[in-house]
Amino acid sequence: MKVIVSVKRVVNHNVKIRIKADQSGVDLTNVKMSMNPFDEIAVEEAIRLKEAGKASEIIAVSIGPIQAQETIRTALAMGADRGIHVINDIEIEPITIAKILKSIVEKINSTICFFGKQAIDDDCNQTGQMLSALLGWSQATFVSRIEINDNEVTVNREIDGGLETIKVNTPVVITTDLRLNEPRFVSLPNIIKAKKKTIDQIMLSDLGINLSSHLKTIKVVEPPERKSGIKVANVCELLSKLKNEAKVI
Amino acid sequence: MSTLIFFEHKNDNISIASLHAVTAAKQIGGDVVALIAGSSCTPAAEAAAKVPYVSKVIKIDSKEYEHLMPENLAILIARIAANSYSHVLAAATSMGKNIMPRVAALLDVAQVSEIVEVINENTFVRPIYAGNALATVQSLDAIKVVTVRSTNFDAVATTGGSAKIENNNGEGDTGLSKFVSTQQSNVDRPDLLSAKVIVSGGRGMQNGANFKMLEEIADKLGGAVGATRAAVDAGFLSNEYQIGQTGKVVAPDLYIAVGISGAIQHLAGMKNSKVIVAINNDEDAPIFKIADYCLVGDLFKVLPELKASLDNL
Ligand SMILES: Cc1cc2nc3c(=O)[nH]c(=O)nc-3n(C[C@H](O)[C@H](O)[C@H](O)COP(=O)(O)OP(=O)(O)OC[C@H]3O[C@@H](n4cnc5c(N)ncnc54)[C@H](O)[C@@H]3O)c2cc1C
Ligand SMILES: Nc1ncnc2c1ncn2[C@@H]1O[C@H](COP(=O)(O)O)[C@@H](O)[C@H]1O
Repeated sequence: MKVIVSVKRVVNHNVKIRIKADQSGVDLTNVKMSMNPFDEIAVEEAIRLKEAGKASEIIAVSIGPIQAQETIRTALAMGADRGIHVINDIEIEPITIAKILKSIVEKINSTICFFGKQAIDDDCNQTGQMLSALLGWSQATFVSRIEINDNEVTVNREIDGGLETIKVNTPVVITTDLRLNEPRFVSLPNIIKAKKKTIDQIMLSDLGINLSSHLKTIKVVEPPERKSGIKVANVCELLSKLKNEAKVI
Repeated sequence: MSTLIFFEHKNDNISIASLHAVTAAKQIGGDVVALIAGSSCTPAAEAAAKVPYVSKVIKIDSKEYEHLMPENLAILIARIAANSYSHVLAAATSMGKNIMPRVAALLDVAQVSEIVEVINENTFVRPIYAGNALATVQSLDAIKVVTVRSTNFDAVATTGGSAKIENNNGEGDTGLSKFVSTQQSNVDRPDLLSAKVIVSGGRGMQNGANFKMLEEIADKLGGAVGATRAAVDAGFLSNEYQIGQTGKVVAPDLYIAVGISGAIQHLAGMKNSKVIVAINNDEDAPIFKIADYCLVGDLFKVLPELKASLDNL
């Protein structure tokens, strides 16, 4: 069983972003970039499947600029077997990412595709569901537990009201939630080993996918700032403020 | 112009989240049509027909929609939408997020996720980077698939409308997935998404048993209890209590953050609350930068005092 994990290079989650003065977007120059945290969880889960003897090969795929190769290397150092890098410098939306991944899935003939539930830059939470629809596969989103028996996968999903358990057939797209697992740290020997693993490079233009945009960004601005508050000395003062000033209790 | 709203429901009632989406649809303009797909879902369809601004309810009553599984529903919604709608809306709940991208992909259009403002029929504002930036995006697609963040649009009333109910056919079962069960914690407190007061705890609470103190205060104030990811990951509370970038987004009148440091991922879920109170023993905790009322102190001293004072109020 082949497993694809899609990994996106995003601004590191600890970075406080800056917005460009011309409001055209977020300034990414000299900003620390990392693998999307949900994708690390996706890679970890794929590796555990392989360690359990349930997956034969793990292929990490990323679509992005030349530096996205580093993200793939991280996945390889964690334990993925090989990488595919679709080189692309233009901004593309999840629907187009999903079409690119569809063409790759069809070539590889994979049984499971692991996705993060959302990319922490665009916060879209779309791509996995879209790929699943395009392939006509099952989907299991926001997953915090997975159990695989032959062609049937049982998962727990994190939903607004608590947890939901569903059974899905393979092939399936699975999107990961934070509590699925704790991704491993990569060791130095594994980083060195990962350098020998192959990454196939594909030019986006060679895939023959329609790249016309569906969305146009008009502007990106900072959210209104909250004005700073006041210090209260004790519970008594707090309650009096909440009652008489804020009038919320 | 006309908007199809995917209404969430439990077959015998409709979900409040969809009432917020109706407000967004109203701002977009044009007809508002509610889609209720379920099994024995006549009560839900009748409830939807009473919702103001809804001019028609399309009811699909068929076994394959009993548990609102995405593979079956997306095919149905896409088929109905493709005929005569300019917009397809749903609330940005875990269900809306699960189903709508699938609908968009089948229609070969983009989805605009979690809008917080309608500028005009094709332009919307949505948060990116955990709410640290607001993007204004224009959809160039013929059918606009949009999910709506409830906290930014008021819910319409549940009565006052009188839409006609039209029956439509199902698409059959794809057989791709099967519902097994849900494990929902049944508490008597208000739902996080509609609570006027939320008392929320972080890692500083130290363990699950200590959340009892927050529950007591929440009960005094008629509020709900929330938590940070750190608190949920540590097992103090279950996942549905998590507030933040990857949990729930809330905006109560009063948010009391106890033993919470104020990471951007947590702020993403609560910084639009009307009044924020922070209780923390670290004077430099980032939560104090966005709080209206800052109480520096040990929560294990402050909470009993707070409870006692509320008892006497
Ligand atoms: C991709 C991603 C997504 C995330 N999504 C979310 C999300 O949705 N929601 C979320 O909350 N987090 C999320 N996080 C995690 C987030 O970055 C923080 O780690 C988390 O919010 C911290 O939780 P905390 O404030 O409870 O814990 P801490 O940061 O450990 O803070 C505990 C606070 O308690 C205070 N304290 C300790 N003891 C006492 C005492 N006796 N009295 C008073 N105060 C005390 C301390 O001073 C400290 O400020 C996400 C992270 C990532 C990478
Ligand atoms: N450019 C990309 N390259 C690889 N994977 C991606 C890319 N964009 C999105 N994904 C995957 O899709 C998931 C959800 O992203 P999004 O729908 O943008 O929130 C991510 O966690 C990744 O697994």
